[in-house]
Amino acid sequence: MSTGAIIAGIGQTEFSKASGRSELQLAAEAGLAAIEDAGMTPADIDGMVTFTLDSNDELLLMRCLGIPELRYWSRTPHGGAGAHTTVQHASLAVRGGAAKAVLVYRAFNERSGRRFGQPNQRVTPRGWNAYLPFGLDTPAKTYSLEFQRYMHRYGVTNEDFGRYAIVARRNAATNPRAWFYGQPITIDDHQSSRWVVEPVLRKLDCCQESDGGVAMVVTAAERAPDLPNPAAHIAAIADGHLVNGSVMFNYYHDDLAVFPEAEFLGRQLYAAAGIGPTDIDAAMLYENFSPIVFMQLEALGFCGPGEARDFIVDGHIDLEGSLPVNTHGGLLGEAYIHGLNNILEGVRQIRGMAANQLPNVDHVLVAGGRSGMILER
Amino acid sequence: MPQVIPPVPDRTDEFFWNGVARHRLLVQQCASCGLLRLPPVPMCGSCHATEWNEHEVSGTGTIYTWILSHHPSEPDASPRIVVLVQLAEGPRIVSNLVDVEPAEVRNEMAVTVCFREIDGVMLPLFQPAEDRR
Repeated sequence: MSTGAIIAGIGQTEFSKASGRSELQLAAEAGLAAIEDAGMTPADIDGMVTFTLDSNDELLLMRCLGIPELRYWSRTPHGGAGAHTTVQHASLAVRGGAAKAVLVYRAFNERSGRRFGQPNQRVTPRGWNAYLPFGLDTPAKTYSLEFQRYMHRYGVTNEDFGRYAIVARRNAATNPRAWFYGQPITIDDHQSSRWVVEPVLRKLDCCQESDGGVAMVVTAAERAPDLPNPAAHIAAIADGHLVNGSVMFNYYHDDLAVFPEAEFLGRQLYAAAGIGPTDIDAAMLYENFSPIVFMQLEALGFCGPGEARDFIVDGHIDLEGSLPVNTHGGLLGEAYIHGLNNILEGVRQIRGMAANQLPNVDHVLVAGGRSGMILER
Repeated sequence: MPQVIPPVPDRTDEFFWNGVARHRLLVQQCASCGLLRLPPVPMCGSCHATEWNEHEVSGTGTIYTWILSHHPSEPDASPRIVVLVQLAEGPRIVSNLVDVEPAEVRNEMAVTVCFREIDGVMLPLFQPAEDRR
């Protein structure tokens, strides 16, 4: 099974805490790298997709890259949980004839510029009156209100969450692209890092704030034989949103210890790809915070409800395990480029070119809970 | 005293904040099918009626989930306990728990609404149902 679309090229800047250049320059550098990696020139690109939150104007990026004509563009709402929607738009555009090759990009100075982890007290966005006045002013807090119910339901502790953080940092330690390259952590490091949200998150449970840019070229599968690098076929791609949700959370469904959006996503992806969880060779799971890995492992069918703690302790998500997770170090260890860097790692594993390359990778699931895809060789 | 980000009410939720100013906890109730809606939206997702009434709830409920909210990077003398309260009438509401030590907070704890002005903003807060003050 396949959507008929492929990721043909990937590119990125270095990941840092202070890029020293504009977000537009980061987008242009990452975009050019992706186009060259696909064996194309800017004249081959006729579509663009990015996040609504991205600051980089498409027409200015066209000027930087020297893209002469653009036939299609689109932007996708919300944050990293929806990162994969960009590729969904791009793949639909190439299958529907709106474009031949679409550049997907996300670039920001999210550490040296506006930090996502800090409260922004200047504005109260529509729909936030129910939350901001009560101090839910950062993603760590809004998510943790859900995570605490998961902990309560299954008796999971913050130390348990640390077991994931150790895996992420161990994988980052052997990935030269990762900010935390060469810097693994122990459970003592985790447990002595400061509380960010009691009793849920310590500092080492939180993703990084990063500067950098990533980009991909999406085109039709018929072009795969002409590419300089192996294509990553998009076997399935979908969003998963449910009624009463909000941008980062859904406090209003029956049981907050489960993640029904991710369950809905998984059902769609497995049905479209014609495979199941046991056919997945590796998973890149968006983790703004370590508990979301636990809830996704369960929702996506890799283990049963409440079993993620034992699944992780038993080594299943290690590089040698049955389901290696975030082999690049994830958003905790590599960088936080709004989740799009997780897709790049999925492509690298399919190509056989990852820093922590796994043997015999046929299917990689890349998911952010509310959007995701299955890549295949 | 925590720094409160004030609400910016619009057509959809100004009734809620007007109620808070009068020390009343108000929930939207669909005028057609009776469904309670919180947070408010302009159309009933069940029957599609746009007419609705202000329904005052009892203000009693239980703590569904909770966190201790610190400022992420600045010293924070009085971190707030943020709670998701399961109201007796059904809807859930995000608020702060007051008049209790963080170590005493438990899931399913019975709470009741109170109204306090914090940092110049009147807020609907919750306190333990038993009078422990």
